[in-house]
Amino acid sequence: MTPTDTTTGTSTDTSTGAAASTGSDGPADPGTGTRAGTGGDASAGPGPSNGTHPSPGTAPTVGSGGESVGGVEPAGDGAARTAPALRFTGVSKRFRDGTVALVDTDLTVHPGEFVSIVGPSGCGKSTLLRLASGLDAVTDGTMDVASRNVGYVFQDATLLPWRTVRANVGLLAELEHLSRAERARRVAETISLVGLDGFERHLPHELSGGMRMRASLARSLVLDPSIFLFDEPFGALDEMTRERLNDELLRMFVLRRFAALFITHSVAEAVFLSTRVVVMSGRPGRVKADVPVPFGYPRAPELRYSPEFAALCGQVSAHLRSE
Amino acid sequence: MAASTASVPAGTTTSDAVAAPSTTRTPTGAGAGSAPVTDPGGIAPSGAPPTPGRGGSSRRRAGLVSLVVLPAAVFAVFVGIWYWVSDGVLNEQQRFMLPPPHEVVRIGFLDWTNFTSMMSALKLTCEVTFAGLAISMVLGVAVAIAMSQARWIEHSLYPWAVVVQTVPILALTPVLSFFFGFALTSRIIVSFFPIVSNTLFGLQSVDRSMHELFSLHHTNRWTRLWKLQLPAALPSMFNGFRNAAGLSVIGAIVGEFYFKQGDPGLGTNLSVFTSRLEGERLWATTLTASLLGVAVFVFFGWLARRVVGRWYQPDRG
Repeated sequence: MTPTDTTTGTSTDTSTGAAASTGSDGPADPGTGTRAGTGGDASAGPGPSNGTHPSPGTAPTVGSGGESVGGVEPAGDGAARTAPALRFTGVSKRFRDGTVALVDTDLTVHPGEFVSIVGPSGCGKSTLLRLASGLDAVTDGTMDVASRNVGYVFQDATLLPWRTVRANVGLLAELEHLSRAERARRVAETISLVGLDGFERHLPHELSGGMRMRASLARSLVLDPSIFLFDEPFGALDEMTRERLNDELLRMFVLRRFAALFITHSVAEAVFLSTRVVVMSGRPGRVKADVPVPFGYPRAPELRYSPEFAALCGQVSAHLRSE
Repeated sequence: MAASTASVPAGTTTSDAVAAPSTTRTPTGAGAGSAPVTDPGGIAPSGAPPTPGRGGSSRRRAGLVSLVVLPAAVFAVFVGIWYWVSDGVLNEQQRFMLPPPHEVVRIGFLDWTNFTSMMSALKLTCEVTFAGLAISMVLGVAVAIAMSQARWIEHSLYPWAVVVQTVPILALTPVLSFFFGFALTSRIIVSFFPIVSNTLFGLQSVDRSMHELFSLHHTNRWTRLWKLQLPAALPSMFNGFRNAAGLSVIGAIVGEFYFKQGDPGLGTNLSVFTSRLEGERLWATTLTASLLGVAVFVFFGWLARRVVGRWYQPDRG
C-alpha cells in the first residue's frame, strides 16, 4: 500500500459533473430503475462476507480524488450508499464436462467502479464475465446484477463484415427495438464520442484493428449500459493503440460512469484503468487479492510513468506470482 | 464412342460434386465438368470457338500479358494437336470421329440451318437448366435453413442429402421422370447437394462470439437468421450456387442424352449426332455445351462479386 497519498496531478475534481449525469439520459435504460429497486437492501451491501473489498465507495465520491483514497482500507461507508451493480456471492461454476472454472468466488462491483481482473490463463476470468452477462448460469452461489442493461465487449471486435460502421454501431439498438430516430441520434453521438467521425460508411475490413475496437465499443455504448463487461478487449492490439484506447475508455468512463468489470492480461492496463484490481488464482479460479487503486479520475496518460504507478503494478504482479 | 462418352460425364459428375462443398471452383473444373465428351472439350472453352486460322498465329501475340498469352498458347497447342490427330492419326474412314477444327466451325457454326437448330437446342437446355437450378436453389436453401435451426433436423436430413448426391442419377431418372416430369428431375438432384451443403456450412460458420452478441440481446431465431446467419452465409451460398449451376448443365445434358423426349436440347443432339456420325456438328455441340457451362460459372462468379464482393474478400480469410 505504498501510494497512500498520491497527487499525481491527475486527481482533479472535474469529473463530478460528468458523474452526476451518469445514467440520466437513458430512455430505454432500465438500469437506473432496477438499481433503485435493489437499493432497498443497501444496508446489507457492504457487509457481504468478503471483507476483502473495502474500497467500493471511492468511485462515486470521485470529487475528493486523492484524499479520500487515502482512507481506502477502512472505507466502506461509501458503499452503503449504493447497492452493488454486480455481486457474486460464493459463486462456483462447473462445466458439464466436469471442469471446475470457479470456486466460491466473491466479488462486488459497485456503480461507478472500474474493477479489473488479472490472473493466469484458465483461471476463470472469462467465465466470470459470461456468468455476469447471463451467457452461462452459475452452478452454486448467487449472482445479483442490478440492471439488465449490460454492455459486453468481446475479445475481438465482432463487427458484422457486411455492415458499415454506422450500421454496426446501430446493431444492438436495432436488436433492442429502439425507434429509428432515436437510433440515428444515438449512433451519430456515439460515433463521434469514440472518434470515428468520417468513417461512418466504411466497412470493418477497411478499418485498422484499433478503429474496429472503437466501433465495437461504440456499439455497446449506444445503449448506455449501466454495467460494462470487457473480455480482454485490447489484447490483440499493439501497445500504442492499446494505451490510446485505454485513455479513451477512461474518458468515456468518466463521462458515462458505468460500472465496469474488465478482464486483461496486462497488469499495467489493469492498474491504469481501475479503481480496484482483483487478482485471481488459477484452476480452479478464486479471488486471491483485491488491490485498490488510489488514483482519481480522470487519469492522465503520464500516470503510467509515475513511481506510484510502478509500485502498484509491482504489488499486483507480486500477488500474481505468489503461487 | 458412345460408351466412352457416357462414362466420362458420369464420372465427372460425381467427382466434381463430391468436391463441391469445399471450394473446388476453378474454371477448369466447370469446363471439364460441363463438357460431356472427353478431355479436349474441357480445355476448349478457354479460347472461345476455334478460329479457322492456324494455331501458330496466336503465338505471335507475345507482347500481351501472360494472362492472355499463356492460355492462348495452350489453346494453340491444343488446336495443333487436334489437327495432328485429325489429319495425321486418323485415316479417311475414321476422320468423322474428330474432324479438323475449321470443318467443325464451318459446318457446326457457320451453316445457318445447323446454327439455328443448335441455338434452339441451346435455348431449351438453358431453360431446363435454369428451371432446375432455380427450384434446387429454393429447395436447397430452405432445407439448409431447416437444418441450421435444430440439430435433430440436420441429423435426420443430412445423410439423405448425401445419399441423393451419390445415387446414380441415370438409373433414377426414368422413375422420377414419371412422377415429376422428365425435364427437371436430374437437374434438381444433381444441383441440390452443393447448395444444401454450402448454405448449411455458411449458416453454421458464424463466429460463436457473434452468436453470443445476439444472445445477449435476446434475439429471436428469425432475427438472428435474417440479420446474422443468412448474410454471413451468402459467400458460401454463392459458391454452392456456382457449383450447382455447372452441375445442372451437366445434369441437363446427360438427362437429354439418354432420355430424348419432346423438343431436342443439346444433349439430345449430342446423342443424335453421335449415332449419325456427324462429327462436325457433334463437336460444335460439345463446344457449345462447354461454353454454356463456362458462361453459367462466370455469371455466378460475377453475381457473387456484385452481392458480397464489397465486404467479402476470400484472400483475406
